Formats: sequence, structure tokens, C-alpha cells
Amino acid sequence: MNRRARTAMFLAAAGVTGGFLVAAFTQLPPFGTKDHPYGTRAVAASLQHRTANAVSAVNFDQRALDTLGEEFILFGAVLGAVALLRRARDEDRAAPQPGGVLPSTRLFGACLLPVTVLVGAYVVAHGQLSPGGGFQGGVVLATALHLAYVAADYRVLRRVRPLAVFAALDAVGAGAYSLLGLAGLCASAAYLQNVLPLGTFNDLASGGLVPLLNAAVGVEVASGVIVLIAQFLDQAVDIASPHRPEGGPKAPDSTGEDGR
Amino acid sequence: MPSTADLLPLPVAVPLAGAAVLVLAGRLLPRTATDILATAWAALETALLCLLWARAGDGRVVSWAGGWTIHDGHSVGIVLVGDRLGIGLALLVSVLVAAVLVYSWRYFEEPPAGHGGTFPALLLLFEAGMCGFALTGDLFDAFVFFELMGVVAYALTGYRIEDPRPLHGALTFGVVNSLAAYCSLLGIGLLYARTGELGMAQTGAALAGHRTDALVVTAFVLVMASMLVKSAAVPFHFWLPDAHAVAPTPVCMLMSGVMVELGVYGTLRIYLTVFAGPGGVPAAAFTHTLAVLGALTALTGAVMCWQQRHLKRLLAFSTIGHVGLWLLGLSLLRPQDTAGAALYITGHAGVKAALFGLTGVLLDRHGSVDEYGLFGRGRDSRAAGALFVAGGLALAGLPPFGTALGKAVAEHAAAERAGWLPALYVLVSALTGGAVLRAALRVFYGAGVVPEPSHSDVETSGDAEEPEVRDPQRPVPRTMTAVPALLLLGALAVGVWPGVGRALGSAARTFGDHAGYLADVQGTAAPALTTALPSTDWTLTGVLLGVLSTALAAVLAACAVWRPDRRFAAARGARTLAAWGDRRLVLPLRRLHSGLLGDYVTWLTVGLAALLIALAAQT
Amino acid sequence: MSILPFLAAGWILLAGIYGMVTSRNLVHAVGCLAVAQSSTYVLLLGVGFRRGGTAPVFSDIPTRTPVVDPVVQALVLTDIVVGTTVTALLLSLVIQIRKRTGTVDPEDLTELRG
Repeated sequence: MNRRARTAMFLAAAGVTGGFLVAAFTQLPPFGTKDHPYGTRAVAASLQHRTANAVSAVNFDQRALDTLGEEFILFGAVLGAVALLRRARDEDRAAPQPGGVLPSTRLFGACLLPVTVLVGAYVVAHGQLSPGGGFQGGVVLATALHLAYVAADYRVLRRVRPLAVFAALDAVGAGAYSLLGLAGLCASAAYLQNVLPLGTFNDLASGGLVPLLNAAVGVEVASGVIVLIAQFLDQAVDIASPHRPEGGPKAPDSTGEDGR
Repeated sequence: MPSTADLLPLPVAVPLAGAAVLVLAGRLLPRTATDILATAWAALETALLCLLWARAGDGRVVSWAGGWTIHDGHSVGIVLVGDRLGIGLALLVSVLVAAVLVYSWRYFEEPPAGHGGTFPALLLLFEAGMCGFALTGDLFDAFVFFELMGVVAYALTGYRIEDPRPLHGALTFGVVNSLAAYCSLLGIGLLYARTGELGMAQTGAALAGHRTDALVVTAFVLVMASMLVKSAAVPFHFWLPDAHAVAPTPVCMLMSGVMVELGVYGTLRIYLTVFAGPGGVPAAAFTHTLAVLGALTALTGAVMCWQQRHLKRLLAFSTIGHVGLWLLGLSLLRPQDTAGAALYITGHAGVKAALFGLTGVLLDRHGSVDEYGLFGRGRDSRAAGALFVAGGLALAGLPPFGTALGKAVAEHAAAERAGWLPALYVLVSALTGGAVLRAALRVFYGAGVVPEPSHSDVETSGDAEEPEVRDPQRPVPRTMTAVPALLLLGALAVGVWPGVGRALGSAARTFGDHAGYLADVQGTAAPALTTALPSTDWTLTGVLLGVLSTALAAVLAACAVWRPDRRFAAARGARTLAAWGDRRLVLPLRRLHSGLLGDYVTWLTVGLAALLIALAAQT
Repeated sequence: MSILPFLAAGWILLAGIYGMVTSRNLVHAVGCLAVAQSSTYVLLLGVGFRRGGTAPVFSDIPTRTPVVDPVVQALVLTDIVVGTTVTALLLSLVIQIRKRTGTVDPEDLTELRG
């Protein structure tokens, strides 16, 4: 198909699809409607389980199975990225060059790092109470570590980032989520049922299983994101391009196994 | 011992936990120990699903994750629903995953350093996604598990990073499938806005209070988008041959054997539970649309399959051909059609996985999957050759393979609706089986003339592939031929052992029961089933049609290999006709399979628009 | 106009797909996929909006306050994670494609066809 024909075909099809979408939208309940049957039930269920943040209650209590799947999507994507961005047989490693950083940037990074870690940990721990939770906090925690890259250089980042440990933590966090669900089965209730003591509403120790799942997710997301970014950084900084011409014969293995 | 309902989430949780354990173990244990651990885990999953299958009986197991059971028809939780068709499909997944793990024991000698558990862990995640999708009774949860199997499948497809083709195929696969999944999520959003529910049964019940309007039709088509893309229905199928041609062999076995079939299952499951009642999509409109789509898919797949010389691409197109037949059969919505498709899918999973596995042996030994380049080079692998021929015959519908029984039951049921439909089944089986037999004759027996190298601009050759197993010195591991042999035996057992047919027959009846599903989920009394139990026994017509399609396949293969048209003047006419058809019909069709991402996305949009118009015209 | 947020969702979807159809750069194409996905966020959040409702977090408001639908927010959170991971995975494929073929133009990838 040439490009013109393709665009014309797409525009025709998009016109039809767009027309149907508009027709469908006019039949939706009006924007801002007061009628949210599932939402109303979810809020009631959240309060019943003494979880102040209703979104967390949906994510980690009522629809915790979705979040289990989502956790493992992240876990699978990290595994996949590690596999896809591995050093190919015909690639070499280049030593990263030290980068020049302004002293003020360095100082700023050094001050900001502990603050960011603290914020991340706070957001994870208060997921059942205030906006945030394992995902949001986990990403903040992963960002904190990469301040070392921004404010210093890649070699410093490598020192503060033992990849093997984080890859293992990623698996531990994900595995912990799937195993925490078994608590319900052990208490002869359902899988992922919130059987722990629910605590006092609006207390740090409230919501039963919710804070624990949040913590597992926090560990998994933080280490998963760190490992994921490490793969991309390695490609940019660390791995030299393959030294064979396109389509040429495969070069024999010239280097030993990856020592990472 | 926990109750059956409490056990139902475990087929999802067990492989997920297993993946995490394998990643950790892969850092500590040697390769062999990791492989054994992975296989043991897959065996545990299979045992669990066998238990569930036995306990489910003819009813449904309804399990509320998190214990949020339903009150007055509403719940805030996620429901898992296991009937024998869903559990059976999950069981098929787990059996195939176990087989693939054993098959790939010696595969990928070079996993990323220190990540020995990566490949088996990805396979277990894939398994969890597929089982979760088969068992869930919630629309959004289905989306999550659909994406889980998607993400893992993209990564697995592009696993051989030294070759640009797998990367290209994986990217196309990922983009097209994800786009379709997002369309489905939009559809789920529309349904949520109308009904305020996410559970399939609850949504279906709530739709009854509304009339069928543009909102329902649009939501239906959008939700179906991901299912039809996954099941590779024309014109949503373009990603499949590209991804299957390049994915590592063990992954092909799973993708062709069960993943694509899950799309077919999802299409029907979602229609039957959500849209089959009042306020949904009328059965006649669904039947007509899906039947046309199925017939188109079957023909495209079969014709394209015959054209291929790249063996994995050939097998991939044959899967598309068969998917068309299943969609066609299932669109008729009666238990006997469903039973036929279910049997067909079960038998096909064994046969197709075995054929892919044997192609992997060729790839391992010769670094090529090109029918022309491999001419006569498989002569010394007698066992593999015999198995390949057996697989081709089974694909063509030779009794008593399970594929033949499924085909016979489906044909018998389809003939009741339109007398000419069995001809389509025979044609597609003959073309796809014939293509496999043709390749087997050339590769393993060096039969006929050496094919002329063609330099067409519209084909993928399949030579100069990266061998997937590193050490060319060592002999082919025994597991790589033993597993295909066992899979073929399994396909045979499906046809021979009457218990399988009977169980799937009654499973199909339960599966098609919209009212019963809704009642079971909502905890109300289900109306008694009045439909008769479909017969899944061998019939004389079925056997004869199976023999006919096998004979046709053999004739087609022989004609292609030995070229009688060169010697007999009478065949010249046929040859001219074939050349004309080739130029006018087949070549343009092959040109459409351009490998270009933009084209494929355009076809996806065109498909959506066509479905919208077709369904709107009928409601 | 009360359907304007929904129209925006539809527009974003089609604009994203248009970008994917006409793209000459794989990074751009993956970006367009993410654009198309954002339509799901807009639609879901639009569906869950309640006029006069506040955020469904009750740590500092009375429990009887009207709030917007928390379920769609949870769904969108899941959706975002899914979208991000898919994008990351697809981009890693693009990196490798660039390394192996020297191009990121999807029109130049023609090895799989017929």
C-alpha cells in the first residue's frame, strides 16, 4: 500500500469510528452525574475497612487481584527489558567517562537525596491515608537514587546502586504480594481477603492488609524502576555498538562472559 | 482442604509466585536446578488445574477474590468463574507450558549473565496471564491479564536480539496488540458509564435495562477489538505471522497452541456473558458478522499458508486458517458448534505445538527454517521426519486425531446451518495440512525436484536464521523430539478417548448458558438447562470427510513436489489457470502483508469501522 | 457542552492512531501509542467525575462529603502502570532495532512480508 492510499483509507475508517464514538458519547450519562453506583459502594466498603484513601482501598483491598496482575506486568516488563537490553554477543563494554559537574549541582544533589528518600518512604507508608501509595512512592524512591547520576556521574550511580540487590528486591516485592494473598487462605477466607486487624480509622496502622501490600508494591516498584532505568542507561553510556557491519557474518565471541 | 471456590485464584497466584522464586533461584542455582524447579512448578500448576477440573463438574465454580461476595446483585470485588471450558483451557495452557519447559531444557545456552531464571520465569508469567484471562469473570481484570500475557509475549518474541527480524516482529506485535487492548479499555469505560459495573455477569444483567443503541454497539466493537486481534481474525491478523515467524520456537509453541485460542475464547466468553442478553447485541447480528469474519479468516489463512516457504510462517498462517474455522463454528452459538471448536482447539494445540517443536529441531541443526534451503537436508533425522508427516496428516484432519474429531463434530453441526460449510472445513484443512506435508516431503525426504530459488519481492525466505541453541557440536537433545512425539500422542488421545469428547460436550453446553452464568454469579437459582447434550462421537460422514481432506492434502503436496504438470499436456490448462490466479488474486493478497507498522494499524482501524457499520446495520 | 470531555477522549484516540499510521520514526510511533492510550485516562476520569465532588480521600474531610468515583481512579492508576511498562518494553525493542538495522524508520523494515 502506498502512503497516500494508506492515509486515505485510515481517514475514511477513522471518520466512521469517530462518528460512532460521538454517537456513543451522546448516550452516556451526563458529565458530572451524581449517579456512580460502583463508586458509592466502593466508598462505603473502604470506610467499612477503615481505609481513609478510597482509591487505595479499591486498589489493594476490593480489587487487589487487578493490582496483583499489574504488579507482575511491571515485574515481567523489567525481566523482559533485562533480557532485551542485555549485552549482545558482539558488543563490547566501554568504560564510562567521568563527567564534569558544577559544585553547586553536586551540593544540591547531595542535599536533595535524603529528602527525596524520606518523601518516597512517607508516600509509600501513608498510602492508606493520603493520596499516594506504593507506586507513587516507589517511583519517588527510584528517582532519589538517580540524583546521584544527575549530580555526580555514572560511576557514582553504579556505586550506590548494587543492581543485583535491586533485581532480587524486585522479585521479593512481587513475590511478597502474591504470598500475602495467601494469608486469607490460611485464615480459611478467600485469596487476598483483608483478614488482618483493621486498626483505627485514619491511623498509620489502619486498613489491615492495605499498608502491607502497599509496602510490597513500594519495594517492587522502586527496585523495578531502578533496574529498568539501569538497562536504558547501560545502553546509552556503557555498551558500545556492535562491531559488525549490517548483515555481515557473525563475529565470533570475542569477549568473556558479562561480569556485571 | 480449602473449598473449590477458594482454590480458584491459585492457578493465577501459583505461577506468579513461581516466577518471582525462579528469578531469585536463577541467581543462586545452576542452570539445571533452575530448569528442574521451573518444571516442577509447572507440574504443580497442572495438578492444581486437574483438581479444579475434576471438582468443577458440569457446573461453575464462583470465587470472589478478596472475599467481597455479591449482595443484592452488586459487589465491589472481582469474581473468578471457572466452568469446565475455562478451567479446561487453563489446563491446556499449563500442560503446554510444562511441555515447553521440558522442550527448552537445553535451550538458550546464553541467558543474560546471572539471570538464569529469566526465560522460565517469563514463561510462568505468560502462563499466569493466560490462566487468569481464562478464569476471570470481570472485564477490567480480563484487560489486566490480557496485558500481562501481552507484555511477556512481546519480550519473549524479541528474545533473540542479535537478529533484527525478531525485534521487528516483536515491535509490530506489541504495538498492534497494545493499541487493541486500549481500544478495549475504552469500550470497558463506556460500559462502566452505562451500567456502573465491571463484572461481566453484572454488566450483562444491567444492560437489560437499556435498549441496544450506538453506545452498546460501539462498546461491543471496541471490547472485541483486543479479542479479535489476539485471535488474529482478518483484517486484525497481520501481526501474527510476523511475530510467529521470528519468536523463539518454545514461544511459538505456546503462542500458536494456546494464546491465539484464548482470543477466540475471549470473544465468545465476553459476548455470551455481557452482550447476549436483552440490551446487548442480538444473536443474529453477532452470528452473521462473526461467521463472515471467520470464513474470510479461514480462506486468507489457508491460501497464505500454502504460499509460504518459511516454515514457521507457514505454520503461523495455518493457525490463522484454523482460527477462522473456530470463529465460524463458534459464531453459530449452539452447544454442538462450541463442542466441535473446543475439541478442535485441544487437538490442534498438541499438533501445532509439535510441528513448531520439530521445526525447532531443524533450526537447531541447520540454522534455517527455509523449505527450499533445507531441501533433503533432514534425511538423517528419520524420527523427526516421521513425526512431521504425522503432524501434517493430523492437521489435514486424518482420523482418529483430535483435530479430525473436532473437525467432524464442527462440520456436522455447521452443515445443519448451511450445507456447503463442510466444504470450507475440508478446503482449509487440505491446504494447511498439504502445505505441511509438502514441506515435510522436501525437507525430510528430498522428494521431487529442487525448488528453484525465487527472488520475489513479496516473500520471507527463512534462511540465515540464528540457530537458537548455541553449541552446534552437540547432538539434538532428546527432549526436543520426545516432547513433540508426546504432544502428537496427546492429540491422538483427544480423538480416541471418548471421555474427552463427552466432557467437552457438556462443558460446551454450560459455556453457552447466558442465564445460568448470570444466576450463578449473582447467587440466585439458575434455570434448568433445556438444551440437549451435544453428541461428540465419531460419525461415518465425519470420518469420510476427514479421510477426504487428508487425501486432498496428500494430492496437493504431491503435485507441488513432483510437478506432474511438466510431463502431462492435460495439466497445462490447470497450470495456466493457477498462474492467473496467482497473479490476480494471491499476489495482491501477499502484498498486503507488507510488514509495515503503519499498514497494520490502518487495517486495525478499517476492521473496527467495518464491524461498527456491519453491526449497526443489523441492530 | 456536557460531552466535551468525552469528545476529547475520542479525539485523542484518533489523533494517536493517525500518528502511528503516518509515523516515520519508531520512537514517535511508540509515543503515539502512548497518546492513544491517554484517551482511556480521559474517558475513565470523565466517566467518574461528579459535579461538586472532591478527591475520595477521607483523612481530612468528613466521611459524608460527596466525592468523585474512586474506582475509575484506581483503574487509571493500573492503566498508567500498564502503559508505562509497555512503552518501556517497546522502546527497548526500538533501541535494539536501531542498533541492528541502523534505522528507526518503520518504512525501512521490510524483511518480514508476504
